[in-house]
Amino acid sequence: MLKVTGLNVSFRTEQGLVRAVENVSFDVAEGELMGIVGESGSGKTVSLLAVMGLITDPNAIITGSIAYRGRELVGLPSKEMRKLRGREIAMIFQDPMTALTPVYTIGWQIAEQILAHEKVSKQAAWQRAIDLLAEVNIPNPGEAVHRYPHQLSGGMRQRVVIAMALSCNPALLVADEPTTALDVTVQAQILDLVAKLRRNHGSAIVFITHDMGVMAEIADRMMVMYAGRVVERGSKEELFLSPRHPYTQALLDSIPPLVGARPRRLRTIPGTPPNLLNRPAGCAFAPRCPQRFEKCSADPQLPAGARAAACFRVNP
Amino acid sequence: MIFALLRRLGQMLFVMFGISMLVFLIFFATPGADPAARIAGRNATPEVLEAVRKSFGFDQPIYVQYATMMKKIFITGDLTSFVNRGWKVVPAVLDTIPVTLSLVIGAAVLWVIFGLLIGIIAAATRGSWVDKLLMVLGLIGISMPVYWLGEMMNLITQSRYHDTWMFSWVPPLGYKNLSDDPKGWFLTLVIPWITLSILYIGLYGRVLRASIIESLQEDYIRTARAKGLSETRILLRHALRTSLISFVTLFGLDFGALVGGSALLTEVVFGLQGVGKLTYDALQNLDLPIIMTTVMYASFFVVMANALVDIVYILLDPRVRTS
Repeated sequence: MLKVTGLNVSFRTEQGLVRAVENVSFDVAEGELMGIVGESGSGKTVSLLAVMGLITDPNAIITGSIAYRGRELVGLPSKEMRKLRGREIAMIFQDPMTALTPVYTIGWQIAEQILAHEKVSKQAAWQRAIDLLAEVNIPNPGEAVHRYPHQLSGGMRQRVVIAMALSCNPALLVADEPTTALDVTVQAQILDLVAKLRRNHGSAIVFITHDMGVMAEIADRMMVMYAGRVVERGSKEELFLSPRHPYTQALLDSIPPLVGARPRRLRTIPGTPPNLLNRPAGCAFAPRCPQRFEKCSADPQLPAGARAAACFRVNP
Repeated sequence: MIFALLRRLGQMLFVMFGISMLVFLIFFATPGADPAARIAGRNATPEVLEAVRKSFGFDQPIYVQYATMMKKIFITGDLTSFVNRGWKVVPAVLDTIPVTLSLVIGAAVLWVIFGLLIGIIAAATRGSWVDKLLMVLGLIGISMPVYWLGEMMNLITQSRYHDTWMFSWVPPLGYKNLSDDPKGWFLTLVIPWITLSILYIGLYGRVLRASIIESLQEDYIRTARAKGLSETRILLRHALRTSLISFVTLFGLDFGALVGGSALLTEVVFGLQGVGKLTYDALQNLDLPIIMTTVMYASFFVVMANALVDIVYILLDPRVRTS
C-alpha cells in the first residue's frame, strides 16, 4: 500500500547540503508492521516526515517517489495532502509531553480531528472521542475527555495521541519512537496497545525505534538505517537470527542478554556516525566497522529484494 | 475557582495597603521636612499652617496620621488642597477618571484589534514582503514619540487641513461628556485614540508575530498538521491561542500604567483633563494632597489591571487553573 522508491531528502544549510535521507526505498503491505531501526540522525524520522508531507522547512529538497495506494505523494498539492493526513495516514509522535496543545481538553483535540475530516455532529465526534479513549484503556473516559494534557501522565498522554491518530480509522499509521520517552513498564503497555489496535483496526504500521528489544516484540519486517541510507532489510527473524550487515550485528551485540551470564561490560559500537555534511567516501560505517577491508573505500549498494544488506562482505 | 478569586482579591488589598503605606511614608515621614508646610504650599500664613497641622493630625503619632489620611481619601472624601484654596481633592480626581478611562479604553480597543491583525497577518506571511512591510510600519509606530505625533495630528487636523473634506469633522480640542453628547465624545476622542494607540499597535503587532512564530515551532503544531487541519486553523486555533497568554500579560501592564497616568503626554497635547494632566499640574505646584490621591488611584488601577490579567489567565491557560 505504501511504496517508497529512491527517496532523497536534503537540507540546504549555510555550510552546504545536508543529505539527511539518501536513496531510501521500502514498501509496506496492508496490515503489516514495518520497523525502522537506527541511531539518532540516521534519517528515519525525516523519511517518515516526508511520507507525511510534514517537512515544512523551505530549505528542504525532496526527490524520489512515495506512492500511497497508487497515488504519488511527492509534489501532491498541500490541500490534497491535508485530506489524506489524519484520515488515511496518521502519525504518533515521540514525546507525548509536548505533542498535545496545552490549552484544550483532550476530548476537544480528538473531536477536532474527526470534525476536520468527517461530516458528523459535534456530539457524535465527542462520543467517538470517549469511545476511542476507552479503546486505548484510559480509565473513566467519559470524565477524561474533559481533562487537559497537563493533568495526565506521559503514558496517558501517549494513549491520547494514539487515540487521536486512530480517530479516523487510518489505513497507515506512522509511529515515530512512540515508546522512547516513556518508562519501561509504560512502554510495555503501549506496545501491547499497539498490537491490540493493529488486530482491531487492521492498519498497516511503520514503526521507528532505536530499541531492538521493541522491534523484536512487534515488527513483521525491518529495515536498518545508517547515515541516511538503508543498510539492511529483511524479516524480523532474518535480521535477529542471521544479521548480515556488521552494523546490524553490532546493534544486536549491544543488547544485554536476558539469559546466561552477563558480560561485564556491554558491547558498544566505537566512534560516532559520520557528519552528513561531508560524508566520507565509501561505506559510511567503515570507520567504525570491525570487518572493514580494502573494498570498503567504494560505495556499497543495497541490492534489490526482500532480504538484502549493503555490505561488500555480504555481496562481494 | 471562587477560592482562587477570593485569594487574589485578598492579595490585591494587601498590595494596595503596602503601596498606601509606602506613599504615605515617603510624603509625610521623610525626615527634615515639615509635611504641614508642604501641604500648605508656598507662602502659607501661620494660621493656615496651624489649621493643616490640626486637620491632618500632625501633632499625633504617625499611625494616627496615616489613618487620618486614609480616612480623608477613602471614607469622608474631604481631603482639601491648600495650594488651590479649599479645592476638594477627591471629587477633582473622580472628575478626571472618566476622561482618562475614555481615552485609554478607546485606544486599547484600537491597539488590540490592530495589534492582533498585524501580528497574525505578519506571522501568516512570515518572510514575505507583506511581513517585512508590516514590521517596518510597526517599528516606525514605536519610534514616533507620542507628544510629537500628537502635535503633528493637531497641526494637520486642527489647522493645516482642517477645512478640507477630510478633517472638517474634527471638533476643537477638549473633552465632552459621554452622557451629555455621545457624538461629540466620540469625535473629540478619535484623534487622541489613534495617537495613543499607534505606539502600542506597533509594539503588540511585533510581539505577537514573534510569539506566534515561536509557537509554530512547537511539537503540538506538528501534531495539528499531522491531524490534517488547515493552515488557517492551525494558526488561529493552536498557534495564536497559545500566544495570547503573553499578549494578555503585556496588555494588563500597559493598560494599568496608562490609566494610572501614563497617558499624560496625550492628555496634555489634546487638552484632556485626565488623571495624568491633574498629577502633572499638582507636581508643578507641589500640591501634596492631590499627588497623594492620584498616586493611590494610579496604584489602584495597576493592581486592578493585574488582577484582571490573572483572571483572564485562568480562562486562557488551564495549567494555571489547577496549580
